[in-house]
Amino acid sequence: MSDVILSTKGLSKSFDGLRANHDIDFELYRHEVHALIGPNGAGKTTFVSMLIGRLRPTSGVMTFEGRDVTGLGAAARVKAGMAYTFQITSVFAKLSCHENVALAARRLGGDVEAEVASALERVGLGGRAEEIAGDLSYGHQRLLEIAMGLAQRPALLILDEPTQGLAESEIAGFKALIRALAAETTILLIEHNMSVVMELADRITVLNFGEVLAQGSPEEIHHSSAVQSAYLGTGGDDAED
Amino acid sequence: MEFGPYLLLACLEGAVLAAVLALMASGLSLVFGVMRVVNVAHGEFYMLGAVMAWVVTSVLGGGAVINFVAALILAPLIVGALAVLADVTILKRLNYDPERTIVATIGLLYIIQQLALMGYGPEARPVEPPFNTRIALPWVEWGEGGISLYFPWGLSTTSYKLFVIAAAVVLLAALRLFMTRSRAGLIMRATQLDGEMATAFGIPVERVYALVFGAGAALAALAGVLIVPIQQAHYLMGGDALLLSFIVVIIGGLGSLAGTVVAAVLIGMSDGIISVFFTPTLAKIIATLLVALVLVFRPQGLFGVRER
Amino acid sequence: MRGKSWGAVVALHLGLVAVLFALNFVLPVYHQGVLARVMVLAVYAIGYNIAFGYTGLLSLGHAMFFAAGLYGAGLMGLHFGMAAVPAWAFGTGAGALLALVVGALALRTAGVSFMIVTLMFAQAVYLTILYFGDITHGDDGFVVPSVSRTLAGIDLSQQHPRYLVGWALFSAALLFSLWLVRAPFGRVLVAIRENEERARLLGYDTGARKLGALVISGTISAASGAAYGLLFGYVGASFAGVQYSIFALLWVLLGGAGTVLGPFVGTLFMFYLIDLATEVTDAYMLIAGVVLVGLTLFAPQGIVGEVRRRLWRDLP
Repeated sequence: MSDVILSTKGLSKSFDGLRANHDIDFELYRHEVHALIGPNGAGKTTFVSMLIGRLRPTSGVMTFEGRDVTGLGAAARVKAGMAYTFQITSVFAKLSCHENVALAARRLGGDVEAEVASALERVGLGGRAEEIAGDLSYGHQRLLEIAMGLAQRPALLILDEPTQGLAESEIAGFKALIRALAAETTILLIEHNMSVVMELADRITVLNFGEVLAQGSPEEIHHSSAVQSAYLGTGGDDAED
Repeated sequence: MEFGPYLLLACLEGAVLAAVLALMASGLSLVFGVMRVVNVAHGEFYMLGAVMAWVVTSVLGGGAVINFVAALILAPLIVGALAVLADVTILKRLNYDPERTIVATIGLLYIIQQLALMGYGPEARPVEPPFNTRIALPWVEWGEGGISLYFPWGLSTTSYKLFVIAAAVVLLAALRLFMTRSRAGLIMRATQLDGEMATAFGIPVERVYALVFGAGAALAALAGVLIVPIQQAHYLMGGDALLLSFIVVIIGGLGSLAGTVVAAVLIGMSDGIISVFFTPTLAKIIATLLVALVLVFRPQGLFGVRER
Repeated sequence: MRGKSWGAVVALHLGLVAVLFALNFVLPVYHQGVLARVMVLAVYAIGYNIAFGYTGLLSLGHAMFFAAGLYGAGLMGLHFGMAAVPAWAFGTGAGALLALVVGALALRTAGVSFMIVTLMFAQAVYLTILYFGDITHGDDGFVVPSVSRTLAGIDLSQQHPRYLVGWALFSAALLFSLWLVRAPFGRVLVAIRENEERARLLGYDTGARKLGALVISGTISAASGAAYGLLFGYVGASFAGVQYSIFALLWVLLGGAGTVLGPFVGTLFMFYLIDLATEVTDAYMLIAGVVLVGLTLFAPQGIVGEVRRRLWRDLP
C-alpha cells in the first residue's frame, strides 16, 4: 500500500460554464490530519462534494486506496472506506443515539453493540445512548455525527466544519478527540476555526477561487505571503468571512 | 357520414372539451404553482359548480338566460367561498405540508362528494342552455362540376357549444392579463417565487394563499357551470374531470399556466380524435400511462424547461 | 428495547394472534364473518404499511397490487379451474412482478410525483381490467368457481375454514412484519424514511432498498387480494379502483403508520365505523372523508402511534 490514500488529478467542476473548481491536484497521506481551508466561496464545498461522490466532476480523476473511484456514487465510496460528517447536522432526529450509531456500525457486521458503545464513549455521549437524537443540544448532535463516522471504522474520515456552533469547552474536547483518532485513521478537516486548524493539522491546503493557492505545513502556510494577502492578511485568526 | 366530416365533428367536440378542461386545469395549476399544493378535491369543486348551477336555476325559476347568467356568477362565488373556508380551517393548519395536504384533500373529496349525494341525490339533472340554436356545418366535395359545398347529415354543432369555446378563451385571456398586469397577480407570482421573501416584504401570504385556493376552486366551478347544459350534473362527475385535469397539468408542466392551456387543447382535441380510432377506455389507458411516464422521465412536463 | 421489553412486545403480538384464534369459536356468525374479512384486508394494510409507514413511500396506487393478487388468483380459477393453493401463489407472484416493474419506474421520482405516478399506474391497471372485459367480466366481476375454493377437501366458503385460513394468513403477515422491522433491513428502511441522504452516506444503497421494500409491500398486498378472492368468492373491478388505494392509506393512518399493530387496529375500527354508518345513510364514505381530515389535523400518529408516544415508547 502506498502512502497516498486519496489523490485527485486535474479535478474540475463547472456549473453552466461557471468554474467552481479548476484543475485541482491534491494528495492525502495515510494517517495525516489534513485541513482544507479557504475563504467563503473558494470552492471547498464543491470539492468535498466531489470527493464523497455527491457531485460528478466535469473533468479529472480521483483515486482512493489505489483505485479509480471517479465514477462511483456516494454509497459505493462509503463502502470503500470513506466516512463523511455533514456540515449541517444531519442525524436521524427521531431515532435514539444508539440507533443512529448502530445504523452506521451495522453495515460492517461484527459486534454492533460493542462498536456503538465504544463510539459513543469516545465522543463523550456514553450516557446518552437511549436519548432521542433530536432532543440533544446542537453541540451534542455534532458529536453524535462524529460518533457515526467513527462507527464506520473508516480509512478516511471527512469532517465538514465539525466545530461550527460548538462552545469553547466542547472545542477543546474535540481537539483531544482528533489527536487520539489520528493514530488509527486519516482525517480531512474542512474548518473555519484557525486555532483548530493550526493546532491539529499536519498539512494544510488552501483553496481560493476554486484553485489550490498553497499547500504545506501550518508553519509554511502561516508565513506564505500569497495566503496572507488572499485570506489571512485582513484579520488574522478570524478571517473567516 | 364520411370520414372527413366525421373528423371535423370530432374536432369540434374536442374543442369544447379542451375549453372546459383548460379552465379547470388552470385552476389546479394556479393552486399548485403558487401554493405547491396538489388539490385532489379539485374535481369536486367542478362538480359543485355544476350542482350549484342546477340549484340556482331551480331556485330562481326565471328565464333560461337570466338563470344561466345568475348561475355563472353565483356558483363560482359560492364554491370559491367554500374553498377559502377549507383553506383556513384545514390546509393552513397543516402548514401546507405537501404530503399531508394531499391526504387532507382526499378526505375533503369524500366529504364534498358524499354531502352532495346526501343533499342533491344520486340523479343526474340537466340545466337548460341559455340559447341552443343548431348550426349545420358545410363540407367540401369534389363533384363533377369541381369543388362544391354541401351540408352532410349529422354534421352540426350548437350555438351554445361555440359560446363555451369563446367564453373559455376570453376567461383564460383575462386570467393571464390578471396574473401579469394586475397588482394582485404580481403579489401572487411573488409569493410563488419565494414565500418567505414575500412575507419579509410585507405580503400577507396567508391571505394570498386563501384567495388563490378560492380562485382555483372558482375556476373549476366555472368550468362546471359551463358544462351542465351539455352534460348533466351528477355527484360523481368530479372523478373523471380530476383525472383529465391532472393529465393536462402534468403534461403541460406543473404550475405553468401557458403549458397547461397548450396541454388542454392537445388532450381535449386528441381525446375527441383518438376516440374516433380507439375505444374511450383504451384512450384513457394510453393517457394515464403517458402521464406516469412523463413524470418519471420528463418531470418538467412535455413543454416545460428543466429548472436549474 | 434491546433486551428487557422485547419479551413484552413479542408477548403482546402473540397474544393478539391467540385471542383472534379463540374468537373463532365464540363469536356470533355475523361478527365472525366481519372479523374474517378484517383480518384478510389487514394483511393488505400490513403490506401498505411497509412501504408507507416504515419506508416513507406514500403510494396512492396500492390497489393495483391487491387487484393483481385478486385477479391473478380469480382468473386462474375461472378460466383454468386451478386449485386454491396454486391460484393463490399465482396471484401473489403476479403482484410481486407488478411491484417490481412499477417500483423500478416510480422510484425514479419522490414525494408528490411518486404519489401521482403510483396513482396513474393504478388507474391504468383498473382501466385495463375494464378494457379486457371478455376475460375479466369488467365492472360486473365474476364469482370464483368452487373448484378453487377448496383446500384439502375443505370448503373455504364455510364460516370456520374461511375464518381460520384468514387468521393464518394474518398471523403470518403480522409476525413477518414484526420480524422485518427489527431486522437490519427494516432498520435501514426506517433510516431512509427519516433521512434518505444520510442513509446513503452511511454506505447503504437506498435505491435498491426502497425497491426491495416496495416489492415486499406489493407482494403482501397481492397475497391479501388473492386470499380475499378465494375466501369470499367475488372478484370485481371496484377492488382495483382509486378508493381501494385510499382505503389502505386510511386504515394505516388511523391505526398508526409505522407501527406493527396499526394496520390491524385501523382496519378493524374503520370497518365497524362504516358498518354502523351504512345503517344510517348511503353516503357512508362521508365517514372516511371526515376521519381522513381529522387524522391529518389532530392525530397524524394514529391510534397505536399515540399509544406508543404516551405509554409504550419501545412498541415497534
